[in-house]
Amino acid sequence: MSGAPATGRLSGPDRARGSGWRLERVSNPSTVAQIVVPIASIVAALVLGGLIIFGAGENPLTVYREMATGAFGSQYQLSETIVKMTPLLLTGLGVAVAFRMQLWNIGAEGQFYLGAIFVTGVALFGLPGALLAAGPWAVIPVLVLAGMLGGALWAAIPGVLRGYLGVNETITSLMLNYVAILLSEWLVHGPWKNPVGYGFPGTEFFPAAPFLPTWGTTRVHLGLFFGLIAGLVLFVVLRRTRWGYEITVTGGSERVARYAGMATARNIVIVMLVSGALAGLAGMAEITGIGHSLQRGLSPGYGYTAIIVAWLGRLNPFGIIVVAFLLAGLLVGGEQLQLSLGLSSAIAPMLQGTILFFLLGGDLLTRYRIVRRAATPEPFA
Amino acid sequence: MSEARAPSPGGNEPARSSDPMPAPAEAVALVDISKRFGSVVANDRVTFVAYSGEVHALIGENGAGKSTLMSILAGMYRPDSGVLRIGGKVADLRSPADAIERGVGMVYQHFMLIESFTVTENVMLGLAGEGFRLDTAHVEAELRRLSDAYGLGIDPGAYIWQLSVGEQQRVEIMRLLYRGARILVLDEPTAVLTPQEADSLIATLRQMASEGFCVIFISHKLDEVLAVADRITVLRHGAVIDTVDAASASRQELARMMVGRDLASALLDEDELTSHRTGDVVLAINALTAANDKRLPALQGVSLEVRAGETLGIAGVAGNGQRELAEVITGLRPARSGSVMLDWRDITSEHPRAIARAGVAHIPEDRIGTGLVGSLDLSSNAVLRAYRQRPISKGPFLSSRAIARFTDSLIGSYDVKTSGRSARLRDLSGGNQQKLLIARELAGEPKVIVAVHPTRGVDVGASEAIHDVLRAQRLRGAATLLISEDLGELLALCDRIAVLYEGRVMGIVAARDADAETLGLMMAGTSAGHIAAVRGAA
Repeated sequence: MSGAPATGRLSGPDRARGSGWRLERVSNPSTVAQIVVPIASIVAALVLGGLIIFGAGENPLTVYREMATGAFGSQYQLSETIVKMTPLLLTGLGVAVAFRMQLWNIGAEGQFYLGAIFVTGVALFGLPGALLAAGPWAVIPVLVLAGMLGGALWAAIPGVLRGYLGVNETITSLMLNYVAILLSEWLVHGPWKNPVGYGFPGTEFFPAAPFLPTWGTTRVHLGLFFGLIAGLVLFVVLRRTRWGYEITVTGGSERVARYAGMATARNIVIVMLVSGALAGLAGMAEITGIGHSLQRGLSPGYGYTAIIVAWLGRLNPFGIIVVAFLLAGLLVGGEQLQLSLGLSSAIAPMLQGTILFFLLGGDLLTRYRIVRRAATPEPFA
Repeated sequence: MSEARAPSPGGNEPARSSDPMPAPAEAVALVDISKRFGSVVANDRVTFVAYSGEVHALIGENGAGKSTLMSILAGMYRPDSGVLRIGGKVADLRSPADAIERGVGMVYQHFMLIESFTVTENVMLGLAGEGFRLDTAHVEAELRRLSDAYGLGIDPGAYIWQLSVGEQQRVEIMRLLYRGARILVLDEPTAVLTPQEADSLIATLRQMASEGFCVIFISHKLDEVLAVADRITVLRHGAVIDTVDAASASRQELARMMVGRDLASALLDEDELTSHRTGDVVLAINALTAANDKRLPALQGVSLEVRAGETLGIAGVAGNGQRELAEVITGLRPARSGSVMLDWRDITSEHPRAIARAGVAHIPEDRIGTGLVGSLDLSSNAVLRAYRQRPISKGPFLSSRAIARFTDSLIGSYDVKTSGRSARLRDLSGGNQQKLLIARELAGEPKVIVAVHPTRGVDVGASEAIHDVLRAQRLRGAATLLISEDLGELLALCDRIAVLYEGRVMGIVAARDADAETLGLMMAGTSAGHIAAVRGAA
């Protein structure tokens, strides 16, 4: 008679699909969980990473020890970690500002390149002799502005399209990365190519004045200071100003922001400008602090790693400072493996991926719990 | 799927009610059912029995636990404790599929239909067919038969998007009949209908009961319950108050059971009306037109005036321009033509913040999503209007001390129940969210209040408190535009009631003289002038 058709889909709202496992939101994650779970996640990631390393025929403990000393073991190694941390910090902050407003700017890589391109243009062709003669303290502010302007203008494209026309910023900002990278390729192979570069793709070296001052004999440069200042300023702006409040509200709900009369389109553009400017500043610092010329492959993907940095730092400027340092350590330590143990440098990104995976998974568990029941626990009106 | 699955409506058989009354057969029994959601007890040891051949109404205020109880019967939720019997047999329902297999089907307030499919295709969705072949013709013939037998008037070949809300509801009923449901649960089925459509639904349900179906009808409208039901069960605060025969029940008695006190106090009393004088016109709307989100005309020349100390209600079936009217007044939607005047100053299509600052408060239709941000804390939500003003704002900076003080004062004076100002808004109950929103909107003693469904989805206690607040605002001298689908609420709070139909004002009546029939006719599109003319001629 009644052929027992599966009618679950029809007879109830989508959210009730009979019994099964489901995630249930925890309203107030405990403080203990918020501290213990990330640590446990990292340990779990290291265990899994260790198994993979073991499978590759190495002793995981040796590998981890080598990585730790490679990243933090000596003053030199620590300084190299800080050098790597600098672009991650600045781009991570830039990404985080946009993410706080639920603007998915994943174009930090391109904005980083544009900052570097603008700085190169100014440093090679745009500095009057008098300014050069006045020394670094006159030149650096000009280059800072140039770098921020380059990144900001690049981010303004997806920003304006999103703010005023509703075009999805994720796609536009991502695609502009490729445009930016190819633009820099064209410049270093073409019009800006170093005439005495022995065929290597790159521009001429900058005149000495635009070099960022470094700390002692290390390669740690003024860019770190830019990043720390930017983090502090952002923290204050986001937490303590009207504009930061508007960003937070708009991030929570664009409709509510419009209801309150906030200029959402304008705020979207401004946030993208700030986000891009920080990535551009990262490009500026990298090129004036380390490379001193625009080279092919300037960034090993800082703008993408920035997304991980921002996310793991929970979009909090201080969290981002800590995460940028640790991730930089992972990268530097990974390179060390290649030198000391002759291992593939792919181990570092593998560990980075494993750690991210476990941290995000652990994060899910602090905010949700897995339950098994017949239907959703939410009452409906 | 065999033909036998569809019930025989028994067109040739005499109606069962003409038989000598047999002992009623128990269709469903929910015994000692309890269900809690977190700390909220939705059902507290509820026992409810319905028989074949009866229309059994389940009434109670919003949040009384009606929907939860029926969702348990329909297999959506499992009870924490208690026993469920269907057709005399204990049933452990694990899903809505289990329920329909045992003959229980539920029509929800929100229909589960796919707009771009035909009626037949919607009915066939999810049915276990034989292989890949769809026997559309057979199903269609069966549906046509059902439609004729119950006077549903549905063409099985029609697309859902072509059908009115009332017709879509009948499709839902038809689908359950096709699947062999003998126990039909309808969750506030008339909420979306005009009074005339509701009457025809009631006729259908009566017919089904006479043929042996068990019809359970959830409602909070007393008049329609008395018209449709054989027996009535009243729920309050998750518990059964009583089950009574409709024939011997009175409106007053039911109201008292539902609310827990006399309903008369809800109406604006004579004193309140006479001793209170309304003032000058504060809000004047002249020949306003505006488009909806699909750029179709939503308001087509609306003119209204609201005086200081007056509450003007806007009645109407959802989607007749109410939302757009509120949005145009508050600056969230541009007017195409016409004007909105505040104290004789033109504020048409001004910036929302400028309008708010000029003294227009807005209690929007969707609390979370328009008026409040669920993911932020109470403080952030509390200062949404005041964050640019001293003392909360000092230049570009915000004073956290002033924010805390302001938030605490709103929480205190409107009795918002919360663990504190840093609690996340979403963790508050609907009623407390709404109280915070209203507290914020009324903090500046606005001249005009635009309130849209201010008590929708709010528990009884909060709903009472909100009504008290709106009454106090009226006495203070605020001009209030109250948009609501709940006629009871409009009658309880308003001086005058205007009815909006397809973006036009059908008529305005004094709440004291308003009767349900006139309002119903206007809600269905008859103008007040026409009604008067017809009555004059009669």
